[in-house]
Amino acid sequence: MSKNKFKKIIAENNEYERTPVPAASLKGSRSFLGMYAGEHAAGTEFVIGPLFVAHGVTATDLIVGLLIGNLLAVLSWAMITAPIATSKRLTLYYQLERIAGKNVVRWYNLVNALMFCFLAGSMIAVSATAVGIPFNIEMPTLQDWLPKSIGWVVVVLIMGVFITLVAIRGYNTVAKFANVMSPWMILIFLAAGLIGLTQLGVNSFDSLLITAREVIWTGVPLPGLTKFTIWHIIFFAWFCNMAMHIGMSDLTILRYAKSWTYGFYSFAGVYIGHFLAWIASGILYAVFLQANTGSQEFAPGAVAYQAVGVAGAVCVVVAGWTTANPTIYRAGLALQGIFPKVPTWKITAIVGGITSLAACFPALVMKLLDFVALYGLLLMPMGAVIFADYYFSKRMGFQHEQAFANGSDFSLPAFLSWILTLAFCLGLNLIYGLEIFFLGLPGWFIAVFIFIILSRMKYPLAKPTPA
Amino acid sequence: MRPLLIVLSIVGLVLTALPPIVYFMEELTLSSCKNLMLIGMICWFVSAPFWINSSKDATKIKNEN
Repeated sequence: MSKNKFKKIIAENNEYERTPVPAASLKGSRSFLGMYAGEHAAGTEFVIGPLFVAHGVTATDLIVGLLIGNLLAVLSWAMITAPIATSKRLTLYYQLERIAGKNVVRWYNLVNALMFCFLAGSMIAVSATAVGIPFNIEMPTLQDWLPKSIGWVVVVLIMGVFITLVAIRGYNTVAKFANVMSPWMILIFLAAGLIGLTQLGVNSFDSLLITAREVIWTGVPLPGLTKFTIWHIIFFAWFCNMAMHIGMSDLTILRYAKSWTYGFYSFAGVYIGHFLAWIASGILYAVFLQANTGSQEFAPGAVAYQAVGVAGAVCVVVAGWTTANPTIYRAGLALQGIFPKVPTWKITAIVGGITSLAACFPALVMKLLDFVALYGLLLMPMGAVIFADYYFSKRMGFQHEQAFANGSDFSLPAFLSWILTLAFCLGLNLIYGLEIFFLGLPGWFIAVFIFIILSRMKYPLAKPTPA
Repeated sequence: MRPLLIVLSIVGLVLTALPPIVYFMEELTLSSCKNLMLIGMICWFVSAPFWINSSKDATKIKNEN
């Protein structure tokens, strides 16, 4: 690819970076439906469903929990993110810059980039569990945090280098390829679920209920893992995309929507990817556990290969790769916001290197549920700041878009809202033992509260002078 | 050429979705089911990337995030 063509791709990706999206560039509902459906049938789904099984959730808790949690997620997109996105039509970064200032956004970008690196790393590791099959590589187990063999490290690093090169040179092609692969991947998930049920001896509705309760989601966690309840499922389903909805990352996407109601189209993503796909991948893992009693091995690629054959293993590779690739690219863009003079390819190469090294550690896969919750939690307070600025600045008597209004690069209320909220959440976790999945909800309210109080103190609305 | 590619893609999806149903009905062995799904995958991979265009907007929006 020529240098000019690459620059053109970057330029296209940064369209309307600092201006509202004009009416002529708004997109129809079909684009959002397709985008959401594709985005949430990804490599992570091959890990999350099995981890629910491993954590001993019951069948009823899983189904009811997913129905409720996913509904709350859709409502968060539609009622919290989309109205602000379609009113302002600005990217998250620019919106945040106007409220919190450039210097706070730099820190936000750094945290975001690191989280993207680790997320991409976990997806490379997931792909490696499929790529390693023909080479008979020893797969990691649920208890593994460190790399288990040289073979594993070699496969992961080779994949990391390949994915980084693609991220540097051919990102757009991969994004298009991911969209093309979505319908097939969704069918593979459903097919895998059906094959898994057949292998578990399901042949009627009654046997389905019995198998679901007594064989797949038994309510008994695997050794060394905590027990998950319906509350874990509700909160995880609701907040696994916390950074996107109440964290406001999807302002960048939904600013193209013709109406705020397009936020409801997120249902296509969550009820395919975070309901059907999680159930299907959980069934696959149960089949694996039945065939390998007492096994602690946790390798989505091997599990999919055992049930669905080559198509299953390829699906794991494609799902992992198409998730890792844009994530590395996005991490590069976030870091470029901090180091604007460093060329994009160098930033992406550095990000790819960090990601590949991180991917060598199976802990990223085994602790994916905790990591996903942490990722959302770290970014969420900035979403709460945007929400509070939009809805409460006039009503509660503080300046709207305070950094922009004062020509400042640093808003203390926004920065402290972020830090104090995370400190509060850490306190809840350490002192009261509240698990990470449940910290987002109180944290969001605390972030809104702190921002309002500090903004009223630091940036009060000027009192009208008497005539 | 385009209609042929579309037909091949549909065949690919059918060969991905149908064998598990037939296997569930116990009319197909697991290995045959896996082989048919592999053929379905190949059909989809060699045809879909060359005609699916409708997701242009979705790709663009997604890239900008």
